[in-house]
Amino acid sequence: MTTPHKADREVVIIGSGPAGLTAALYAARANLHPLLVEGLEAGGQLMMTTMVENWPGFRDGIMGPDLMGEMRAQAERFGTEILQGNVTSVDLSHRPFTIMLEGGRRITTTALIIATGASAKWLDIGADRKLSGRGVSTCATCDGYFFRGKPIAVVGGGDSAMEEAIYLTKFASKVTVVHRRDTLRASKIMQDKAFKNPKIEFIWDSEVIDVADLEKGEVTSIRLRNINTGETSTLAVDGVFIAIGHTPNTSLFKGQIDLDETGYIVTSSGTRTNVPGVFAAGDVQDHVYRQAVTAAGSGCMAAIDAERYLESLPAPDIADAHPTAGV
Amino acid sequence: MASENVKTFTDSNFEEETKQGVVLVDFWAEWCGPCRRIAPIVEQLASEYAGRATIGKMNVDENPNVPTSRFHVRGIPTLVVLKNGQHVDTIVGLVPKEDIVSAIERHL
Repeated sequence: MTTPHKADREVVIIGSGPAGLTAALYAARANLHPLLVEGLEAGGQLMMTTMVENWPGFRDGIMGPDLMGEMRAQAERFGTEILQGNVTSVDLSHRPFTIMLEGGRRITTTALIIATGASAKWLDIGADRKLSGRGVSTCATCDGYFFRGKPIAVVGGGDSAMEEAIYLTKFASKVTVVHRRDTLRASKIMQDKAFKNPKIEFIWDSEVIDVADLEKGEVTSIRLRNINTGETSTLAVDGVFIAIGHTPNTSLFKGQIDLDETGYIVTSSGTRTNVPGVFAAGDVQDHVYRQAVTAAGSGCMAAIDAERYLESLPAPDIADAHPTAGV
Repeated sequence: MASENVKTFTDSNFEEETKQGVVLVDFWAEWCGPCRRIAPIVEQLASEYAGRATIGKMNVDENPNVPTSRFHVRGIPTLVVLKNGQHVDTIVGLVPKEDIVSAIERHL
């Protein structure tokens, strides 16, 4: 019965945001008995948000963590097996593919869906990382609470920056948005909300070049440089919230599948990567739309693509249709 | 369940409950998404270290003093390790379970 090439699983999904959980839902309903590895930032970026107002079907909005809880439960209801923890490495050069998990567990799979998403970018000045949790944050909903009545800065000019700035006015005495350009990238509706808010001020054409005070281990001010004039200035703040975009979580796959110059997985004909049997969905392969609903849509596509791929294989390569529990 | 081993720290019991041995404190709040990811790990650790270390949680909403005044917490999840009442380690943000384990082990 057992051949050395037989995989433990037909489909493994890495990642548990909207893309991963939707892929799991579809794969489970196609009787592929998917295994989903959640990853450290389980639930993805929506776990860091408050009200999600653009998820279709919820006219009054739904809380990000609640939406992810529902998606997870729905994927499980149809038979997805969910593992907590991180994937430490993958081997896509041999079939079946091998996935190594935290704690040394090893799983082989015939098809793989990568939905590892993207994580918030830092400023790349060193000081910001060192003061993380000491006044520097990439999560307004997590940390805004600690800045009641205090002045803070938000770095960035996109939708997430505006959302954070507006949210933070609930706590902060004043929110200063620092942006590298003289216009915002944010959508019109978010811009209007931010401009109308009396607690929000803007510093244009400027970048953050340093965060103080490393010695004291807390944020006291940020150093700014005007991009046009080169002039520097200091802004006294108790907190800095960074919302300058995301980087795709693709370090696991470097050198094994095609990535573009910014690290995103290259997909074609739907969700196919250059390695047959490996599919990618959500923010890990999308630097254009980056919405929960587009991530979910591509997760669905990846499950369907994976199902067709499995159907196209000669029978002996496909894993047992009813894998034993525990893997 | 594991949660029975998880101590609940408050501003009023903190000093007394942390003055002996190795203690891990998980600062959290209802509204913090990432805190929900740490919670099950903290529960596992509470059973695994039962009798060897005290593992507990402290709600920052309900306890305005200890988290911000003593530990200067400016973001959650934040975990701190105390040994015989002394603050010896801090972990900020989501980290793998192994990182928390080694922070505890370092001081056991």
